[in-house]
Amino acid sequence: MTIAAEKNPPVKLPNEPTITPQVVAEHGLAPDEYERLLKIMGRTPTMVELGIFSAMWSEHCSYKSSKVWLKKLPTKAPWVIQGPGENAGVIDIGDGQAAVFKMESHNHPSYIEPYQGAATGVGGIMRDVFTMGARPVANLNALRFGDPSHPKTRHLVSGVVAGIGGYGNCMGIPTVGGETNFHAAYNGNILVNAMTVGIAPTDKIFYAAAAGLGNPMVYVGSKTGRDGIHGATMSSTEFNEDSESKRPTVQVGDPFVEKLLLEACLELMATDAIIAIQDMGAAGLTSSSFEMAAKGGLGLEMALDKVPMREEGMNPYELMLSESQERMLIVLKPGREELARKIFEKWELDFAVVGHLTDTERMVLSWHGDIVANIPIPPLVTEAPMYERPWKLTELPATLDAAKVPAPKDWNASLIALMSCPDLASKAWIWHQYDHLILGNTAVRPQDGDAAVVRIAGGHKGLAMTSDCTPRYVQAHPETGGRQAVAEAWRNITATGARPLAVTDNMNFGNPQKPEIMGQFAGAVMGIAEACKALDFPVVSGNVSLYNETEGRPILPTPTIGAVGVIADIGKTVGSRLTKAGLRIVLVGETKGWLGQSLYLREACKREEGAPPPVDLAAERRNGDFVRAQIDARRVAACHDLSDGGLLVGLAEMCIAGGTGMEVAQPAGNGVPSHAFFYGEDQGRYLIATGVADEIVAEARKAGVPAVVIGHSGGTSLVVKDLVSLKLDDIKAAHEGWLPAYMNATE
Amino acid sequence: MKAAVLVFPGSNREGDVAQAIELVTGQRPQMVWHGDGDFDKTDLIVVPGGFSYGDYLRCGAMAAQSPVMAEVKRRAAKGVPVLGICNGFQIVTEAGLLPGTLMRNSHLKFVCADVHLKVETSQSLFTNRYQAGQVIKVPVAHAEGNYFADADTLKKLEDRGQIAFRYCAPDGTVDGTGNPNGSIKNIAGVFNETKTVMGLMPHPENATEPLFGGTDGKALFEGIVEALT
Repeated sequence: MTIAAEKNPPVKLPNEPTITPQVVAEHGLAPDEYERLLKIMGRTPTMVELGIFSAMWSEHCSYKSSKVWLKKLPTKAPWVIQGPGENAGVIDIGDGQAAVFKMESHNHPSYIEPYQGAATGVGGIMRDVFTMGARPVANLNALRFGDPSHPKTRHLVSGVVAGIGGYGNCMGIPTVGGETNFHAAYNGNILVNAMTVGIAPTDKIFYAAAAGLGNPMVYVGSKTGRDGIHGATMSSTEFNEDSESKRPTVQVGDPFVEKLLLEACLELMATDAIIAIQDMGAAGLTSSSFEMAAKGGLGLEMALDKVPMREEGMNPYELMLSESQERMLIVLKPGREELARKIFEKWELDFAVVGHLTDTERMVLSWHGDIVANIPIPPLVTEAPMYERPWKLTELPATLDAAKVPAPKDWNASLIALMSCPDLASKAWIWHQYDHLILGNTAVRPQDGDAAVVRIAGGHKGLAMTSDCTPRYVQAHPETGGRQAVAEAWRNITATGARPLAVTDNMNFGNPQKPEIMGQFAGAVMGIAEACKALDFPVVSGNVSLYNETEGRPILPTPTIGAVGVIADIGKTVGSRLTKAGLRIVLVGETKGWLGQSLYLREACKREEGAPPPVDLAAERRNGDFVRAQIDARRVAACHDLSDGGLLVGLAEMCIAGGTGMEVAQPAGNGVPSHAFFYGEDQGRYLIATGVADEIVAEARKAGVPAVVIGHSGGTSLVVKDLVSLKLDDIKAAHEGWLPAYMNATE
Repeated sequence: MKAAVLVFPGSNREGDVAQAIELVTGQRPQMVWHGDGDFDKTDLIVVPGGFSYGDYLRCGAMAAQSPVMAEVKRRAAKGVPVLGICNGFQIVTEAGLLPGTLMRNSHLKFVCADVHLKVETSQSLFTNRYQAGQVIKVPVAHAEGNYFADADTLKKLEDRGQIAFRYCAPDGTVDGTGNPNGSIKNIAGVFNETKTVMGLMPHPENATEPLFGGTDGKALFEGIVEALT
């Protein structure tokens, strides 16, 4: 097919401003990008056309700074049905079922308006998943806030958590996991990364590629309003200069409508009416219609006056750029319009045929009969700007000698201080505001295991899911940090007994035009790619959020890894709660006592330095495969991976989660200084509570996996020979007390 | 036993309760759309949890005015048992089938957690498989579960044995520690005068399997089946 010549150039609308360099700049297009536009168009664009180019070539939609790097990620495996490039990734989980999942950021809006920003982030990612034909079964979210003492932090935590709960709870999808960190680097830019996992039949996955000349394009869901238009930058160039145009750029969510949209879409998907479907997320009607036509190699004509509108006086520019929520664009088979209309009317949603597919490879938009935009589709995609920005890798810092880090003067106090520090303190205050039990399939709840485990309805199979990143490691050395984020996600899935299958990556970074930031991105991608290859853990979806900076101060580089695994018999899954006395505690993996970038170093010694713990991917895989096999053989009562805070924190977490104490000791002749042994953050390690420790240790020896018995369970205290003796109630009070006390404080 | 589960726009725990009923009866209940005022005759009507009509206006207020609820009221008047859970409790209360009202949680936040309930009476078709005074563990998940009734109503409820469940500590102590939402007198569930209508905020349907939150809620459904078959 070739692009048809432009037959009908667009008309100028009343009050349409002249395109000046200033108007172009306000649309975020660089002068050379505007030159490209002129070459593609062969004439000066209309405002609508300029707006469309501006949205499609934005960093958010075009990935222009990150694309060259993202190509390096491994995306294939025999179980991958759909990798990056669609609304969400799709993997085969057996029995004719697929898991559909993705993580996406909503950072900037959540800082401006935490409730709505976070809520619409959750709404958007759920739409991405059900657009593909999957019913969402679980949500997770990874949150990073500024220093607790920063004046905005409490307000942001409160609003973000309420927004996530408000949307997810109403949708009736359990929010089962996630993570929350605090660091001053996020004072001006919080991160809200939301992940949804859904289940679909493998033979009923829906895609965005349009097909079939003349087929109708249908708009369904909510009406289009003026929310989410690039209001701030566009206020001086609106077609009509009225106050309405100055509304904030943050979208407003309505989870009730999205619940109706979910049910209506799934009902329509059960028929044979749909050819292609795409949700309207960032850049709304522009990107959804463009992607459908471009992927199908077709053109389209749309009558924008047919779009359901929330208020009077809206114009084509606003309609194309609005980011109103809870909307979908569908290409139907011919003659199925009435069937579809009845379903959406039953759910009391808007339904309008707004256009049809053509063979011109042009996007032709009309407004009450007049053409207002006429853009050739392929070059807008193929000629889109793509940058290989200068990058400078972060050098690996020198290894910190554990002997140069002071041991705690008071071990009891040091453990209490770590267990109640903002990063390690219980996040129960947060997840109790999320309905994590609805649908009745949650087997491993928040804080009860390293990953959440959810039953797939109607069977015995379970899905394990987690989200992970240790930003301070990534900051110190992005390649190691990238490797570690993937390894920890893989380890967390493994610790429940599930087999890790695939990941989604949510890359949050600062300004990519700075070589050191681009270097962080490049380094993190290299590390992620290496770990994903070594662990057979392909990336199937993802999202990039750049420019997370305020007044030149960037966030910690945060490549959040969301991961999914499967366990064939959910009855075999284990959590990390230690609930029985008389079990022995086995430490799996090698402990060298790595204190560089550890939480002990940061919290107890107030130092953030050294190289982060190295990740030996071969050992990681060997140790993890061993642990998973032990769980599968039902030799394991509880399992916990070791990460932030190291061994002693891991032991304390197991004890307080299950209400059972422990007595442990550092193995004789171990040689590692005690504070490094108990607080070091060496990777690739697990704690196992078991009634058959001897068998496990013998099996480990055969497999070449380091494993040593360090103690046994029982009592109501955590006792470490010669070092620690604490009542579980006291650890628990400190661990669970910090966040509620912080949130309830008025100062 | 034949059961019907109502479905409003925004209902979201209808599947959970249908699953619990199927678990004890072996039969999938009939799902009844809110606009359908003329559904099959059943032995039990369940009004499930969720956010009917988005909980806009006031939780349960709009659903209470729907065609299906007009029919539920007619059948309830004839003695057909009605069970309202969470949003369903709010709806049947708004519909006037139960006394009192459900306000926003005293701490103003949504709460999802396991709670302990003290069974106040075994003398009802809903609670006959429990012992009076027994403590059970089931989850709650709501933002508006703070039960309130005026002093006269409360006295009548107490005198007539219309209180079904109270929030309590794990050892059965009824005090502030076990109360997740500020409900007056720790009330978690109530009956109508004839004990043919029961509403409760907690979710017994999410406590029917050992791996998924325990089985303390299962006896409620087993008791209903026993009473109605």
